[in-house]
Amino acid sequence: MNSSDGGGQTFAQKALARAAGREHVAVGEVVDVRPDRVLSHDNTAAIARLFRSLGVEHVWDPERLAITLDHAAPPPTVRHAQNHAEIRAFVAEQGVRHFFEVGRGICHQVLSEEALVLPGQLVLGADSHTVHFGWMGAFGAGVGRSEVAALWALGELWLRVPEAMRFVLRGRLRPGVTAKDVALFIIGTFGADGGLYRSVEFAGDGVSSLPLEERMVLANMMAEFGAKNAYLPPDSAVFTWLATRLSRRTGRPVEAWYHHIEAGALYPDPDARYEETHEIVLEKIEPMVACPHTVDNVMPLSHVAGTRVHLAFVGTCTNGRLSDIAEVARVVRGKRVASGTRLLVVPASSEVLQAALERGYIADLVEAGAVIGTPGCGPCMGNHMGVLAAGEVCISTANRNFRGRMGNPQAEIYLASPAVVAASAVAGHIAGPDDVCGD
Amino acid sequence: MKVTGRVHVYARDHINTDEIIPARYLTSDDPAYLAQHVMEDLDPDFPKKVRPGDIVVAGKNFGTGSSREHAVWALKAAGVEMVIAESFANIFYRNAINNGFLIVELPNAPAHFETGDQVEVDLTGGTLRNLRTGQALTFQPLPEFAIKVREAGGYLEYLKAKGT
Repeated sequence: MNSSDGGGQTFAQKALARAAGREHVAVGEVVDVRPDRVLSHDNTAAIARLFRSLGVEHVWDPERLAITLDHAAPPPTVRHAQNHAEIRAFVAEQGVRHFFEVGRGICHQVLSEEALVLPGQLVLGADSHTVHFGWMGAFGAGVGRSEVAALWALGELWLRVPEAMRFVLRGRLRPGVTAKDVALFIIGTFGADGGLYRSVEFAGDGVSSLPLEERMVLANMMAEFGAKNAYLPPDSAVFTWLATRLSRRTGRPVEAWYHHIEAGALYPDPDARYEETHEIVLEKIEPMVACPHTVDNVMPLSHVAGTRVHLAFVGTCTNGRLSDIAEVARVVRGKRVASGTRLLVVPASSEVLQAALERGYIADLVEAGAVIGTPGCGPCMGNHMGVLAAGEVCISTANRNFRGRMGNPQAEIYLASPAVVAASAVAGHIAGPDDVCGD
Repeated sequence: MKVTGRVHVYARDHINTDEIIPARYLTSDDPAYLAQHVMEDLDPDFPKKVRPGDIVVAGKNFGTGSSREHAVWALKAAGVEMVIAESFANIFYRNAINNGFLIVELPNAPAHFETGDQVEVDLTGGTLRNLRTGQALTFQPLPEFAIKVREAGGYLEYLKAKGT
């Protein structure tokens, strides 16, 4: 551990200075920022009630809002259905264009796919995993409902410029080891509050060795580290991915968007001040599992292998993307889910589902005995589509294993990478892909 | 600004929003309904035991997890006056301030109390006293902004008063 003293600025300082319309902001200062995007989901109707209590008729800029129906979608009860109906009415009344219906997918995935957030921008959301947008070098932070109501009215909110800590990633991951294992390693080593109130900024050659979907996992999981926001330095792979999507949405050429996006990217100064810097050698990371009931109760896979599993769940904003489903399909192809165990796969978005269909992954999964759910959050927070009974054990690719999280306080949740979850489904107990794959 | 209350000690870190109010109750924002279920996955007896003016004492990172403002609403609705913890999760901290709910960050908080103790807290002065043991402790007082928001009746009321 060391700290670097310099006059330079962290990513968080630069991003919040830009969002506050200032040259420079100091760590610890409270600033009024104007976000580029404001995100909400099934909680939109409740926020709308708070918004109306302010006595304001129209949202300040409907173009900046983005709303998805993902948390209880399709609605499992009449109450949930009523909630969705209220949201649709609000969207129509306020002229919100960036509205995504049931089945389109999880807010963080959909906003990424639609390139509704870009590097260097500020996105505030009524969702704790808004730190997700750190994958592309944007400042994403979760806020409360009252705050989103205030943002709709004013376009502005107070934020305290956070202290920063840095993880320097070196080298490459070994085959079978993923960004999920890196995130669990970090959280297990430094605690679920290791990044509390802080901007968690990644650096080093190891970042660019990670495929984009893996970078999403790393940024997303920093919510479980207490982080205010996360940051990975964006490179040409990020710019191309987003430019292609913006081009598709707007009709303007990819190259024009590429240069626009690249120009907006922000990087910390070499002499920025970090409270802590830690180096992680990626080759040394092994498959990890978070055990009940906290995300920092992390052990190497070998310590928990053999634990009986009733439900294996693949999905969520953390690990429901195409590469995750590809990995699960690879592990279960030609095998069957163990008797007494269920495998539930919920793609993070309709785009992911479509690509997984085209590549034959869904057929592999269904043939192995998996159940496929509607793109969205699935049973992650215990709303619907795969909640647990008392005494059941779930191994999940999600981000939280809190007691009661999947609907039942007498159930247990383990968190791991998609390959481990898939192998556990086939074995009927916690296992690694090497335990079930002959090749 | 002084507050006196009876404490409930939960000597644990990372008490999360699913424990404070599980997602299965989030279809409602009715305070009375939320109060019936507050902290029930952590301590099923808590909704019965809690009385208006009580104080919850906990370890690090209280309120970690979801952004749900219901976590603060449920505690408030059950009559909890304040949470004293070693530290708070980001969004819970913001939600508390924005709802005028009192929070105190105190190093090793659970070590200084037993359930049932009466504690007197001077929020603006940054001191508190365990009335059973007589022990006096200091903490970083709430920012002035937080006191103003509380006096206004919450962040939205504060904005209205400012003439939004």
